[in-house]
Amino acid sequence: MYKKILLASDGSEHSKRAAANAIHIAQCSKGSIMEVVYVVDADKAKSDVLSNWNTADIGDKRKERMKDIEKMAKEAGVSYKLTILHGEPGPAIVDYTNKNKFEIVIIGSRGLNGLQEFVLGSVSHKVAKRANCPVLIVK
Amino acid sequence: MGQLTYKQSWFGNVKGDILSGIVVALALIPEAIAFSIIAGVDPMVGLYASFTIAVTISFLGGRPGMISAATGAMALLFIDLVANYGIHYLLAATVLTGIIQILFGVFKLARYMKFIPRSVMVGFVNALAILIFTSQLQHFEDESVIIYLLVGLTLAIIYLFPYLTKAVPSTLVAIVAITALSIFMNYGVRTVGDMGEISKTLPAFFLPDVPLTIETLMIIFPYSLALAVVGLLESLLTATIVDDMTDTDSDKNMESRGQGIANIITGFFGGMAGCAMIGQSVINVKSGGRGRLSAFVAGVFLIFLIVVLGDIVVRIPMGALAGVMIMVSISTFDWNSIRTLHLVPRSDAVVMVVTVLTVVFTHNLAIGVFTGILLSAIFFVSKISKVSVDSKLEGNRRTYTVKGELFFASVTELVTQFDYKENVKNVEINLSCSHIWDDSAVAAVDKIVNKFEENNIVVNVTGLNEDSNELVSKLANKLGSH
Repeated sequence: MYKKILLASDGSEHSKRAAANAIHIAQCSKGSIMEVVYVVDADKAKSDVLSNWNTADIGDKRKERMKDIEKMAKEAGVSYKLTILHGEPGPAIVDYTNKNKFEIVIIGSRGLNGLQEFVLGSVSHKVAKRANCPVLIVK
Repeated sequence: MGQLTYKQSWFGNVKGDILSGIVVALALIPEAIAFSIIAGVDPMVGLYASFTIAVTISFLGGRPGMISAATGAMALLFIDLVANYGIHYLLAATVLTGIIQILFGVFKLARYMKFIPRSVMVGFVNALAILIFTSQLQHFEDESVIIYLLVGLTLAIIYLFPYLTKAVPSTLVAIVAITALSIFMNYGVRTVGDMGEISKTLPAFFLPDVPLTIETLMIIFPYSLALAVVGLLESLLTATIVDDMTDTDSDKNMESRGQGIANIITGFFGGMAGCAMIGQSVINVKSGGRGRLSAFVAGVFLIFLIVVLGDIVVRIPMGALAGVMIMVSISTFDWNSIRTLHLVPRSDAVVMVVTVLTVVFTHNLAIGVFTGILLSAIFFVSKISKVSVDSKLEGNRRTYTVKGELFFASVTELVTQFDYKENVKNVEINLSCSHIWDDSAVAAVDKIVNKFEENNIVVNVTGLNEDSNELVSKLANKLGSH
């Protein structure tokens, strides 16, 4: 049914639960592909650059954070792709979803930063409001 | 990651760049004034520098979207120079800093910055944050309780205002609100005007008034060298962060040359040495800035505001600026390094802490960085200098297998690990799991062989790898003692 699936991930527990659901949906139809998207925002960029100063590629470290999800997808036999986006998480995911015409977005209800979310509203809320496709928010 | 063409880097994002440039100009003003006051010069010195550096870098820099101006890291380095010799020596030192940085760029030294260990980089930003914070404590001396109130209120606005809107930089809102409050209530607190003059004119070209002698050079050279290194260090770090945020590449050598030229021009226009700013660059990218135009607009709009609003700027209370600086200090500090201090290798943690402490005691970021690098090098040498020797006996023949790197630091330990008096006829020293790095190692192996031969034991050295073999044959006839 859904063949182009976007899974938003920040490596948190919530995003792992979202991943389980995304994999489940991907298994429902043949030839579906799940794209795991990780967004790097400005504050993360500074601390990531500092803590990986001597490593050849920061991208590798970030992909490592998604390795649990990668493992889940591999075990379930779902084809997947890892993508790193830059910018504010909410708008970046919405842009990417709408530009690449995804058929469904799957996202955890809560990310890593509880306080910010309380004041600013959550990333999942922004995505649900502005994406041009069904959005599944996983609790 | 790809790099933009020069034209694209100017006009690829006009609307976003103009808007973000305006935001950055507004956020730059309080910082440029505060950094001037840290250095003990008139606010205009920092404001002129921010204008000339931002505009020059917009043409010549290697990292579009990055903001360079007067910075705290640089200001902290020349406090003594200004106090002992005056502003003209600072201007001369700024020009010399630029010349050194151009040389760094020409000889492509930027890539060696990668040799600076992570723990030293972290120590650098943490020390910078601490120095910026402690430099503000003087504003609390001899003041009424009201200063605490003003600083507290400034910080509250800076951190809470973004929850209302992010369209206007909250530091500017805080400055405007606190200035209005203190004018209105007439608190009588110290203001920018008490710290120096604001002249509502554009910067003009003039030669620093210093004697052109070797003596002058000897005074300013140590400062200039430290400024050049610290400036490039912070710029390279900032450029890497902007690279990562925007997912594009930058030309670090071009940036180094560009910053050099910017500092030379700045020195001749009455400004103080500067470099890239992490905080402002992050604000720029977050506000939509990507291209050279953003830095250009930031510089031009800043000087425009000063010319138009100079009278109001002098009435900004120092408490408000101290609040802004405390915010800069908090956001500069790498809090992540405290959270992970117990997780990183012990030696890395020690290097970081020693770098910070050295800076705090010497008030010199450059000395701190060199101490950190030196300490890391010593730790590294001691880590890899561990050599282990296994041996086995087959009839009349003993085989020693040496594992590890053989160089000046590891050979003393090596020589003691053989039994020279043992009753055997043949000894084989297998070096296939080790590497001979220098003349000390060659001499040590020679010495071991000699000692066995003195006891009439025949020695075979086997398993030398190609590199080691080459070195041994080059050195053997010159150092050989047999």
